[in-house]
Amino acid sequence: MKQKSLFDVISPIMTGPSSSHTAGAVRLGLLARKIYKSTPKKVTFILYNSFAQTGKGHGTDKGLLAGLFGYSVESDKIKTIFDTPQAKETEYHYQFEQNTDRHPNAVDFILEGDINMLISGNSVGAGNVEIIKIDDFSTQITGEYNTLLLFYKDKPGMISKVSSLIQEENINIASLECDRNAKGKTASMCICLDSSISSSVIQKIENIDDVYFVRNIEKLEV
Amino acid sequence: MEYSISTFEKLILTCQNENKEIYEIMQEKEVYDFEISINEVRSKVLRNIQVMKEAISKGLKSSEKSLSGLCGDDCIKLTEKYKKQSALFGNLYEKITTYALATMEENLRMNRIVACPTAGSCGIVPAVIIALSEKFGLTEEQEINALITAGTIGLIISNKVPMAGAVAGCQAECGTASAMSAGACVQIMGGNVKQIINASALALKNLLGLTCDPVGGLVEIPCVKRNVFLAVHAITAAELALADIESKIPPDQIVDAMLQTGQLMSPLLKETSLGGLAATKNGINIIDKNCIK
Repeated sequence: MKQKSLFDVISPIMTGPSSSHTAGAVRLGLLARKIYKSTPKKVTFILYNSFAQTGKGHGTDKGLLAGLFGYSVESDKIKTIFDTPQAKETEYHYQFEQNTDRHPNAVDFILEGDINMLISGNSVGAGNVEIIKIDDFSTQITGEYNTLLLFYKDKPGMISKVSSLIQEENINIASLECDRNAKGKTASMCICLDSSISSSVIQKIENIDDVYFVRNIEKLEV
Repeated sequence: MEYSISTFEKLILTCQNENKEIYEIMQEKEVYDFEISINEVRSKVLRNIQVMKEAISKGLKSSEKSLSGLCGDDCIKLTEKYKKQSALFGNLYEKITTYALATMEENLRMNRIVACPTAGSCGIVPAVIIALSEKFGLTEEQEINALITAGTIGLIISNKVPMAGAVAGCQAECGTASAMSAGACVQIMGGNVKQIINASALALKNLLGLTCDPVGGLVEIPCVKRNVFLAVHAITAAELALADIESKIPPDQIVDAMLQTGQLMSPLLKETSLGGLAATKNGINIIDKNCIK
């Protein structure tokens, strides 16, 4: 469990009005940006349940886009994000849906560009968020840790190859989770790290045979 | 230092054993837990105070409406009233009430605030600390001490009750903020550790059962005005505590009662906007008429 801090109570410094619906939306956008890495040409946001019902009144729509463009939760650009040059260069759409199977504050990012990607996340309260799905894979990315995300061919020895490269840098693994769409097909690995990882190790991991995709998702600032 | 201050009882004991103030214990704990320096802790707190002051000074001047158009011009109205007719309780009361409104209105305008503990309760702690600071000419160091004390109280409450209206109603958000402010007020007025904690207990005890029923699900009605009421409430609790009027129920048991009350509260009254004020005729009509859905 995360050690609680004084600054869990007196923070974040943020653009109002809602920690879950505004700050949470920005942080989901920031995580989606780190996962997608390049700027998408087109994005469709699907807002669910409470996000759909009260999102506009809370600036959830603006927050999601601002995060995707890399603005922090306290940026004064969130309010006027639709007027920024980036917004003019990007095609973006919003859809609003009700689905009781989804979290009350859920969103899907459909990102199109050099690659296409579907990222799903939830705003779970007090500005805390989680990315629960990328394409077909379930994930648990909260932005509280530096997280390494891999897609690779499901075969024996992959976890040990990756973890030994991480160990070489003397970095402690806080948690590790894997998922796969079918035996022998594509699998995903989510590794939470206690410190940040060098680009040389990331390159070595990228060079492992049958690793398709690697992202170093640095933790979000409070 | 490695301090265990997960409950109010432990906090009081630690302060007694170490012969230290609450803010000293908290900042040393932060240094130990997160491997940062005291200076880093205090400058982070200072940055929060600066943002609080900026929000107040911007909010005092603005009458810009919220995205929904429902709120945003109450601070100007109250300021104008005080110009014509002073507050019955005097200048400090004028400051507290306008600063709480100014901060909350900045929040709903999508401007910068400090969630303290949440965005929906962001007006209470700054209103009390900054108003007292101006009235008594506090130094920057004293302002930092007061906010650390407030934060410590919030942290202990949050160990048992999550600071979320969806979990425990508004008692967990504005209630916690009011308890934090009451303690900070006593500390600023030179009260001892027991009096500080007792002030928080008294504030909290008298807010148990406060529901979270925002109209249309927006952080506006009743949140904006509620911040004003609960900032004043904190001062009442502080006055009683400074007179050594003790809460007969100890603070940790009040927090237990708060958790139980939150659990017993119907989901209709916990940030779902399906009951209470949100479900009134006007609560529904206002949203249908005004609101961007």
